Amino acid sequence: MQLIAENLTLERGNRKVANDLSFQLEGGTALVLTGPNGAGKSTLLRALAGYLRPASGVVRLRGVEGAGEADSESGEVREMCHFVGHLDGIKTHLTAAENLSFWAKYLAGPADAATPVAVRVEDALDRFALAALAEIPAGYLSAGQKRRLALARLAVAARPLWLLDEPTVSLDAASTRVLVDAIDAHLAGGGLAVIATHIPMQLARVEAIQLGRVEAQA
Amino acid sequence: MSAFVDLLRRDLKLAVRQGGALGTALGFYMLVVTLLPLGLGADLNLLSRIAPGVLWIALLLAALLSLGRVFSSDYEDGTLDILATGRLPMELVVAAKALAHWISTGIPLALMAPVLGLLLNLEIGAYPLLVGTMLVGTPAISFIGAVGAALTLRAYRGGLLIALLVLPLYVPTLIFGMAAINGLLGASGTSSAFLILAAVSLASAVLCPLAAAAALRLQMQ
Repeated sequence: MQLIAENLTLERGNRKVANDLSFQLEGGTALVLTGPNGAGKSTLLRALAGYLRPASGVVRLRGVEGAGEADSESGEVREMCHFVGHLDGIKTHLTAAENLSFWAKYLAGPADAATPVAVRVEDALDRFALAALAEIPAGYLSAGQKRRLALARLAVAARPLWLLDEPTVSLDAASTRVLVDAIDAHLAGGGLAVIATHIPMQLARVEAIQLGRVEAQA
Repeated sequence: MSAFVDLLRRDLKLAVRQGGALGTALGFYMLVVTLLPLGLGADLNLLSRIAPGVLWIALLLAALLSLGRVFSSDYEDGTLDILATGRLPMELVVAAKALAHWISTGIPLALMAPVLGLLLNLEIGAYPLLVGTMLVGTPAISFIGAVGAALTLRAYRGGLLIALLVLPLYVPTLIFGMAAINGLLGASGTSSAFLILAAVSLASAVLCPLAAAAALRLQMQ
């Protein structure tokens, strides 16, 4: 499996945040994006997910089982990725378990069909130490607990590409280790991850891109 | 298709748990209709003649109130981004959410109309027709409204902008809704307007998701 970005140029309100960026990421590897605030980490992640149309260039995902070559133009990459952004995507009026079981059903693909939804949800809650909070409305959770609930989404449906935007924000040390273990397990299974972060994460196989500021061009 | 049903179920569950939207819409509907006889005076013949029109217009305004939340609550908490990563096409995401809006707002408003008809001295014979035409006509309100909600997602004071965008598009529903009631009440007892009203609803259920999905894709850039 490969994630390929070819000559990506990204613009945010007429300001170039990435210029002619190319990289190729092999299966089982994580790509860590670093750089100062405003360097374009989130923008790049949104472009990889296919939300943001690049000014030029293309994102491809190659060699995914059961699918041919997917590219961002047609939205195929988006259907194969987990996106965890700054916002947790949690409904405060639903319990933690209800939140997760909705995503488990909604995001499920052919690979998940074998495991019942309840099992996937329970497994994800256990992994992110949320089992005791399962029946509590998500509105009552703390910021860190909400973050864990958002990350637990990664475990309820199998998807080859994980796009994580500062996933460690408001996590404590123990939860960060849980997250790192989850990413490592995903990579060990041949998956891909692109992670924007400010703190160093002890991952098994990492490549790094340092994004800098690309000045506005006239 | 099951993702569509799951999303519809989730939205209905949220509508029940949050409660606020329906309560506000019903309360607004009741207030507008209650104020009218106070303003016009107690001329029972006049009230009875204008009752269907008043009930329809008040229903449109009441439904508008809750339209702004159709996408904005999901946009603000990041849910919309994740919904877009599903295998369900964005058009069907929109359709599920508009359908949920119709079930949670359109149907209760239509069912409330006869109760308010009492205040306006509405003919007893018109009650079933009124509810019937409203049930057939209100899907168009939710689906056309979804386009307005998608377009104004990131606009400051989007709620007011929705009204400006969407109310003119409700004109066919209003005209044929009224014509259907009058036609069915008339001597022949049949009405082609009723069929056109149904056609407006069906056409908007098919076409509006396309427009709203395109608008949402732009908003998520």
